[in-house]
Amino acid sequence: MRLSTFTRLSLAIFAGLVILFLIVPLIVIVFFAFDASNVQTFPIHQWTLNWFSIAWRDPAVRSAFLLSVKAGLFATLIALVLGVMVAFGIHRFKFFGREAVSLLLVLPLALPGIVTGLALHSAFNLIGLPFSLYTIVIGHATFCIVVVFNNVVARLRRTSNSLHEASSDLGATPLQTIRLITLPTLSTAIIAGALLAFALSFDEVIVTTFTAGAQNTLPLWIFGAIRLGQQLPEINAVVVGVVALTIVPIAYAARIASGDRVKN
Amino acid sequence: MKQFRTTHWLASAGAVIVLSLGAVPVALATAGASSSTPPMQNMKPQASVGAGEGALNLIAWEGYAQPTWVKPFTKATGCKVNAKYGGSSSEMVSLMANGGGHQYDLVSASGDADLRLIYGGNVKPINMNLIPAAKQFRPFLRAPSFNTINGKHYGVSYEFGPNVLLYSTKTFSSAPTSWSVLYSKANKGKITVPNNPIQIADAALYLAKAKPSLGITDPYELTTTQFNAAVALLKSQHPLIKKYWDLASQEISLFTNGSVVAGAAWPYQTNTLQGAKVKVADTIPSEGATGWADSWLLATNAPHPNCAYKWMQWVSTPKVQAQEALYFGETPANTQACAIMDTLQPGGCAAYHANAPESYFATIKFWKTPLAACGNGQNNCVDFTKWQQAWTQITG
Amino acid sequence: MASPANSLTQRTGAVLWRRPWLRGALTLSPPLLWFLIIYLASLAVMLVTAFFSTDALTGNISHQWTWSNFSQIVHQSVYASIVLRTLTMAVVVTITDIIIALPFSFFLAKVVTWRWRQFLLALLLLPLWASYLAKVYAWINILSDKGVLPGIESRLGLPTTHLAYTNVAMWIVFSYLWLPFMIVPVYSAFERVPDSLMEASSDLGAGSWRTFRWVLIPMVLPGIVAGSIFTFSLTLGDFITPLLIGGSSSNFIGNAIYDSALNGGNLPFAAALAFISIIIMGGYLLMARWAGAFEAL
Repeated sequence: MRLSTFTRLSLAIFAGLVILFLIVPLIVIVFFAFDASNVQTFPIHQWTLNWFSIAWRDPAVRSAFLLSVKAGLFATLIALVLGVMVAFGIHRFKFFGREAVSLLLVLPLALPGIVTGLALHSAFNLIGLPFSLYTIVIGHATFCIVVVFNNVVARLRRTSNSLHEASSDLGATPLQTIRLITLPTLSTAIIAGALLAFALSFDEVIVTTFTAGAQNTLPLWIFGAIRLGQQLPEINAVVVGVVALTIVPIAYAARIASGDRVKN
Repeated sequence: MKQFRTTHWLASAGAVIVLSLGAVPVALATAGASSSTPPMQNMKPQASVGAGEGALNLIAWEGYAQPTWVKPFTKATGCKVNAKYGGSSSEMVSLMANGGGHQYDLVSASGDADLRLIYGGNVKPINMNLIPAAKQFRPFLRAPSFNTINGKHYGVSYEFGPNVLLYSTKTFSSAPTSWSVLYSKANKGKITVPNNPIQIADAALYLAKAKPSLGITDPYELTTTQFNAAVALLKSQHPLIKKYWDLASQEISLFTNGSVVAGAAWPYQTNTLQGAKVKVADTIPSEGATGWADSWLLATNAPHPNCAYKWMQWVSTPKVQAQEALYFGETPANTQACAIMDTLQPGGCAAYHANAPESYFATIKFWKTPLAACGNGQNNCVDFTKWQQAWTQITG
Repeated sequence: MASPANSLTQRTGAVLWRRPWLRGALTLSPPLLWFLIIYLASLAVMLVTAFFSTDALTGNISHQWTWSNFSQIVHQSVYASIVLRTLTMAVVVTITDIIIALPFSFFLAKVVTWRWRQFLLALLLLPLWASYLAKVYAWINILSDKGVLPGIESRLGLPTTHLAYTNVAMWIVFSYLWLPFMIVPVYSAFERVPDSLMEASSDLGAGSWRTFRWVLIPMVLPGIVAGSIFTFSLTLGDFITPLLIGGSSSNFIGNAIYDSALNGGNLPFAAALAFISIIIMGGYLLMARWAGAFEAL
């Protein structure tokens, strides 16, 4: 399909505007982190680096960050194990209700988050399970499983079965085949799924509102700080710090993703 | 994944139904009954304060767990403080009621939440002998009816204050003398009020003076006619509202931006805005004001009771009471706080009525839970459930 | 030589190899049990709770069967308008995101060079890594009366807009928040369309618009539907954006649920409201299935 220069140009301008739309709020977040006033107006009258040191020394920020990291790691771990298992099961075996199972996995993402949150909240209430790190992890893992599953099952569909057959023909045990053939071909899909799952968990707020106890995750701390309205630029400083931290794994994920593409 | 077949959808829907039927007996088995004496009335409070547990979980109003007094507390006691903010009394009650009772140690509830917590069995009696500073409290706050039942103390009184009329001094050259500015078409789209059913009482308070024929004496005890009049007033107010604020910071931002010129507020917003040099002031109009009297209540299943007692001791001392009073803009329960308020901020004691006579407090209609049983012995008042439903109708 | 432990694993492996159903059951049962015991059972508990009521004073749940929650939702007109408002917003946001995502994803997948594509993809995904709450809050800073947008407008001598705390502001913010969730599936769908197909279309004399409309759009439709499931469900389940950005008539189903459950202490009523969102989303998923979108999800 040949596009006229005009069409190409308008598409490029349009794409530029879309990217601008997506990026401008992020720039605003960064700029207001340096705003000296906690009552934020534009243009910024006075600049300061102070909020970064305040955020760094704030024990509430530290414990919230730590809790979010813990919740993210545990949830990702559970999602990895269960997501890979179910991807294998669905890919390899034909059984009645296979489609129903796939649908079931998608439900926590397809149903509104508040439904998942309220359902878990009601259930934990009923059995008297106190809200804690574990209830947060249960909630997060439930919607992270599908993320891992999607990545892994897509890769399984693309890789041919002949490698496995060759492996077992050459006398490898099933476990050896899994270790030497299956996992290496899946590794990038698993890493990508894990990163996405961790990112989802780290930033989740709707389900967490319903499953968290007295301790705040980072998003819950941010919500509390927004509601307090006393040190708003501290929130921006924290977010800037977190984004700076996450750029490393994003760059890594992008590299393995593009490496994959070249191989294919 | 090929195409789904409808039968499989039905299969998973069926699974849900089967499971829900299975859950019914379990749920029914846990059903409980409520009675007219508080469930924890005969629970013996602890006799002494032991070593701290290293942590303390609070449910607090915005501004009630500020580093100024939390940091020295943690330093002195080793109790690390986690605070969760509740924006309304109802939010605090549900945080405590829904499984939170095993999480939180203390809740800084207002008078309208106290009875709900006490009769819900979510809080337990406190040994007031362990809070020596309570002897310095104003007499009417030593055993007020909203936190003390038959001589059993369920709460340590903390601070109290009025809900004020916050206005922009750019728009109003002098303080408005009536709440009517919040109902005036002249300020269309420039008004903000809290997103809270208890706001119906503010309308009732205004109507008590504006429409004496309704015969409103207590804004929390409304007959159906009085209630309907208040709701109608608030419905006519809806088109004038810029935003029903949920968070104190929203009202601060609305005034900072000049998006609103008048609103119902806490003194906290006034202090923050004036601190940021925004041109606002607040006032208590001639109709009087609703207000709050807060107490710290101890959760029945508090996981850190010793830290909780240490906190109650700490926040009852004149110094913390003075700091809190100046920070939030309210009046401390401890009478000794007055002198410290003056040293922290010249004129601070008088500005926040810490030296006012008891008669001042009669002008504030403190929040309480609307019940079907009116104070006059009749049973025809509108209860809190109806208030909540009406509020959804008003703001929806 | 195999050690005894090794031969044990070998033997287990051999047993499993000969009985695929056993292997299937072993791999599938842990994840399925998780979903049955935790997710489906929780949903079931919530649905049962919808038929209970609470004590208004204490907030304790009384376990007596009642239809009152549902009859209240049906009979009080306010809930109809809340549901309608939510649905309208979900539809409008979804359409907005489709309109933005289609040309953008096409450009990304079929026009630019590989290097540019990688760069644009990274920029596209960057917002997903920044805190959701901070992004919503940034929009308050942008739209409020002394915010970035009016500031720039007045500097350019344009009339200033007053968008903060309106439904228009919510529309902008929702469209912004969910846009990447629409672009990613639509982009992958475009990527899967072979270039040869487009060439065939133009060889047969179709102009680029006709190729786009009659060849490409039908092929990326599953991607669009998959993206719309996200935008629809995310809008339906949100209560924070209406709370932070919305105006005086901005209550959504999510807010009604949140207010009932956490603010008003009425879990059963919240459950009944959640039931309604499940029905709406269920209907939407059925439509999506009909459009064959699950493969692209």
